Amino acid sequence: MTALLQHPGYEDESLQRVAEQLPCREAQSAVLLSLMGQPQQYSYPSIFIYGHRASGKSHVMHVLLRELELPHATLSCVECVSGVLLFERVLLSLFGHEAAALLPRSASLSDFVRVYRQQCSLSPAEQTRFIVMEKAELLRDADANLLPALLRLQELVEDNVTVVLLSEIAWDKFRPNTGCFEPLLLHFPDYSKGELQQILSQDRHPSYSADFYSSYINILLGVFYSVCRDLRELRHLAALNFSKFCEPVAEGKVKETDTHKLWRNIEPHLKKAMQTVYLREVSSLQWEQMQQMEEKETGVVRGLSAHTHIELPYYSKFLLIAAYLASYNPARTDKRFFLKHHGKIKKTNFLKKNEKTSNHLLGPKPFPLDRLLAIFYSVVDNRVAPTASIFSQISSLVTLQLLAQVSHEDQLDAPKYKCAVSMDFICAISRTVNFDIVKYLYDFL
Amino acid sequence: MSTSSVSKGCFVFKPSGKKKMRELGLEDHFAEGCEGAENTAARFELCQQLWDKLKTDTEALQDELNRKVLDSLLDLTRKCSTTRQHSDWASKMRASEIPTAALVLGVNVPDHDMTFQSLSELLQQSVTPHVASVQAKECGTLKHLMKRVLERLTGTAVDDEEEEEEGAEQTSTPLHKSSHCSLSTLCDWYNAKARKSSTGTPGKKRSSPTKDEHQQPPVVIIFKDLEAFNPRVLQNFILICSLYIERLPLMFIFGIATSPSTIQHMLPHSVSSLLCIELFQSLSCTQHLATVIDKLILTPQFPFKLNGKVMQVLISIFLYHDFSVRNFIKGVQLALLEHFHSQPLSVLCCKKKQALLNVTQLGHLDLERVRQLPSFKRYVERQEHQEQVSLLTDDGHLKEVCQRLIKDLRKYHKNYYPVLRCLHTLTSSLPRYPLGKQIRELHLICLEKNVSENEDYQSAMKLLKMLAKDELITLLQRCADILQSVKSKKMRTAHVQLEELLAKFKQLDSAAVETAPVVEENITSPVRNLQKKTDLFQLQKTLLEMNESRRSKKLSPFEVLRNDALEFIDGLVKSHLCPPESQTLNEACYYSSSATVRRHLNAAPRTSIQAALRTPYYYIQNDSLKTEDGSVSNAAPDICIAYKLHLECGRLINLFDWLEAYATVVSAAEGNDPDSDDYGKVDEVKHARFIQAVSELEFLGFIKSTKQKTDHVARLTWGGC
Repeated sequence: MTALLQHPGYEDESLQRVAEQLPCREAQSAVLLSLMGQPQQYSYPSIFIYGHRASGKSHVMHVLLRELELPHATLSCVECVSGVLLFERVLLSLFGHEAAALLPRSASLSDFVRVYRQQCSLSPAEQTRFIVMEKAELLRDADANLLPALLRLQELVEDNVTVVLLSEIAWDKFRPNTGCFEPLLLHFPDYSKGELQQILSQDRHPSYSADFYSSYINILLGVFYSVCRDLRELRHLAALNFSKFCEPVAEGKVKETDTHKLWRNIEPHLKKAMQTVYLREVSSLQWEQMQQMEEKETGVVRGLSAHTHIELPYYSKFLLIAAYLASYNPARTDKRFFLKHHGKIKKTNFLKKNEKTSNHLLGPKPFPLDRLLAIFYSVVDNRVAPTASIFSQISSLVTLQLLAQVSHEDQLDAPKYKCAVSMDFICAISRTVNFDIVKYLYDFL
Repeated sequence: MSTSSVSKGCFVFKPSGKKKMRELGLEDHFAEGCEGAENTAARFELCQQLWDKLKTDTEALQDELNRKVLDSLLDLTRKCSTTRQHSDWASKMRASEIPTAALVLGVNVPDHDMTFQSLSELLQQSVTPHVASVQAKECGTLKHLMKRVLERLTGTAVDDEEEEEEGAEQTSTPLHKSSHCSLSTLCDWYNAKARKSSTGTPGKKRSSPTKDEHQQPPVVIIFKDLEAFNPRVLQNFILICSLYIERLPLMFIFGIATSPSTIQHMLPHSVSSLLCIELFQSLSCTQHLATVIDKLILTPQFPFKLNGKVMQVLISIFLYHDFSVRNFIKGVQLALLEHFHSQPLSVLCCKKKQALLNVTQLGHLDLERVRQLPSFKRYVERQEHQEQVSLLTDDGHLKEVCQRLIKDLRKYHKNYYPVLRCLHTLTSSLPRYPLGKQIRELHLICLEKNVSENEDYQSAMKLLKMLAKDELITLLQRCADILQSVKSKKMRTAHVQLEELLAKFKQLDSAAVETAPVVEENITSPVRNLQKKTDLFQLQKTLLEMNESRRSKKLSPFEVLRNDALEFIDGLVKSHLCPPESQTLNEACYYSSSATVRRHLNAAPRTSIQAALRTPYYYIQNDSLKTEDGSVSNAAPDICIAYKLHLECGRLINLFDWLEAYATVVSAAEGNDPDSDDYGKVDEVKHARFIQAVSELEFLGFIKSTKQKTDHVARLTWGGC
């Protein structure tokens, strides 16, 4: 099975090593190899590889380039906050420090091409040089000329160089509207369940048999495959829960081959893991500690989202309530809620067409500061002087992300806000100040 | 820097004046406009001393309170620096997450500074030299964030001993300074640093290279205000860091003001799965305040006191507005400063010995001031005629009396706080909390007026009379513990009495066995009669009888004892918890101007603008502007006149009418003859002045232009608050 990879120009031995390290990606690596051709041959200028997270894109490229000892530069586009950084990285890994130092302070693309040409005339390519860019989707946000230029870098620098772009997004979303050189597209499909099983079973625990570990992986996939196909994450979860799986074996209660009993033991545990540690409600460290503790104590650790309570000063609570009312009630209904002699307004006649749908379904609407304060003063039970600290509380609610400022920060005159908290949250807040908010909400009349 | 301006905007401050200002010491500023100039130096010194003490005490308290959280945080950092090197199967298989501490600190962000300060100091002392803390406002983009982190880490760690090297590096790389801002640079720097430190110690050169490997100090990055960060920036930063986690032992600390679920709101699963988040919850700020009040305000050791109103202002600012303990302390500082600044007799507000000494050094003027004090006047009235004369005329005698009074005041404080605490322990667990849940509420009640006259106090006492035996005993025991630690004669006797009562309660246990059946007999007998068939009349009769018998019934020994105990407590309260205003010379120690504190701490800009426009006299101090009936004199500044006129208008103001009215008023001010033709005419100068006044009013937000009617403006304010 591992002898499938064959290509002229490379040693069989290293190809063998490559094949061993790339289980379930034989087809893709074979295609890549044939695209790359023999080391000294010119390759296709640019290759675009896409596939979901953890489908082996980077891993395949790394293994191929490393094992076949080809000159290459690998970089992640997240890191390259500016083009300069990207150019520098490429030059650094292909030509060394001196070349990178030749770049001027704020290098442009043409500077890069110039330095590259200069360097490659000094040391012409004997083998194809590869530039691998991970998370290539971020290149779209960079300068407009960067992506098209990278795609035909071979032409620009007149060197045997191939740019490989790795992304989780299909090429259709990349194509700039000015048009560009079309790279070769290569799709990495998701691993199937069987493939996942095969790959995960490879890293077995040294002190247990391969069959035992493989049956564990089988159970793990049975629970998690429906929610998570991310190899990295699955491997992480496998490592976290394995000790629990081994527990009955280590205690001598169950034999390694008794799969059913082992399954009964681990299944509820894995289900719990799916709700907690997989969602990062509980960190992996806490999870491990919980496993070591006795069963009865484990209920103590609460997830991150369980802590939603926020202590706020008294007036901040009312400001938040006022903001919520302003965001979810149409402005015309304020009269009805906050005026003493408002007269009866019937809901149906009073509504405009678009207001008939629930405001809570449509989300918060922006409101001006005046309206917020007007509602605030009528909602608070005692008289409040309009002091500076009331206003500063509004801005601190904005920094706490409980309110969102809609208008631009520079606009001093009549700023607009939106309320950014949920119904449950505001109900909890208003309960603490004995305010029945539901009575004031237009949707619940 | 602050300005006197009320508007938001940019202000240029020229630094030239600063140096001159600095030559004037703090003391000179204190003396400026100070009342009773003779002893300013002494008062300033006292004030300084007290403030220093207050400051160090609060800092110590803060450290104490944060210790638990910080210690566990330090443990985490230590652990993450040691577990990193484990090479067993599980840790190899696990995705390498970045250890992260989520530190929940409560909504008041400015208070966090001190916590983070001590946190990073502690970290630097005991775990790692590599600590960088960043704030959201300096990291708008990923580039800036990266730059800040690198600056803080390399800048602080590369200290003076390697100055030469750093200098050399700087000369070689000025070109690429900005482009070098990446984590790989940091990695190189870190490795160089680690190598240097491992070879730098010649003692264990080759002997323990593996051990050095194990103790790689982590690189800690503190995000002070997580909520304020741009989520995109943070996500990208975490992604980058996770690329380097193999090479660089990174660790994050998130400062969270709201709740930990914000992490999930800000970071998608793909990013949060790179973190291993541990949660740390610090003490809530209300508890923090309670401790501060308990340790610093409710103690006789601190001679400076706040009266009820000031206390109320400070606490309500805390509860209603900001939840900031730091601001509370600032408020106390302001009160302290104001007290020593405005009250000449504050020289007596210090430790006992020095106060007694200061009394002997009081001048005649000061003694006159003492005689003017309302509390002292009341004291004099209580004395006999002969004594009154000598108090009012004989300075020497007054000094002696003052010494005694100061001693009395000290004794009052010494007894006040323990009794307050006793009363609080007794009442704080009663249903519906008649005297408040927190001790500060009880303290406020006691400061206000005599607590024993308070209705809530009566009801609390009634509730106490219904307490079960074991509850009462535990409460009394706690009171006894409080009294035990007090070094005061009266309290010691009180303690002894209380112990005796407690002993009696305990004796009851043994005695109760014998008496109990008899009591039961008494109660049950009429009830037993009821069991027979009865008509309504008989039932009424028996019920009345029962009632009668209960009233006249002899109390059980426990009830007698309980009443005794409560009477004893009542006696303590009545004799020791009288309000401070009743104490002679309380003005020396109690600061009472709540209005000043409120004005300074809880400013109301709109109110003061309106006050300035309505009564310009107070701000300009020009006598010609003074008017009796609250109207604006016609010689007032243009804007005041325009403001006054606009108050008379409705929602829309016709500009021309307004101008006419303005011109009439101004003409009157110029003293023109009312009958002449020119009177009230609008000339160019008046027109210009009017336009300026109107635009100033618009700038201040009283009017705005409107599209509803041409040449009208809309009024924006109503009423005069």
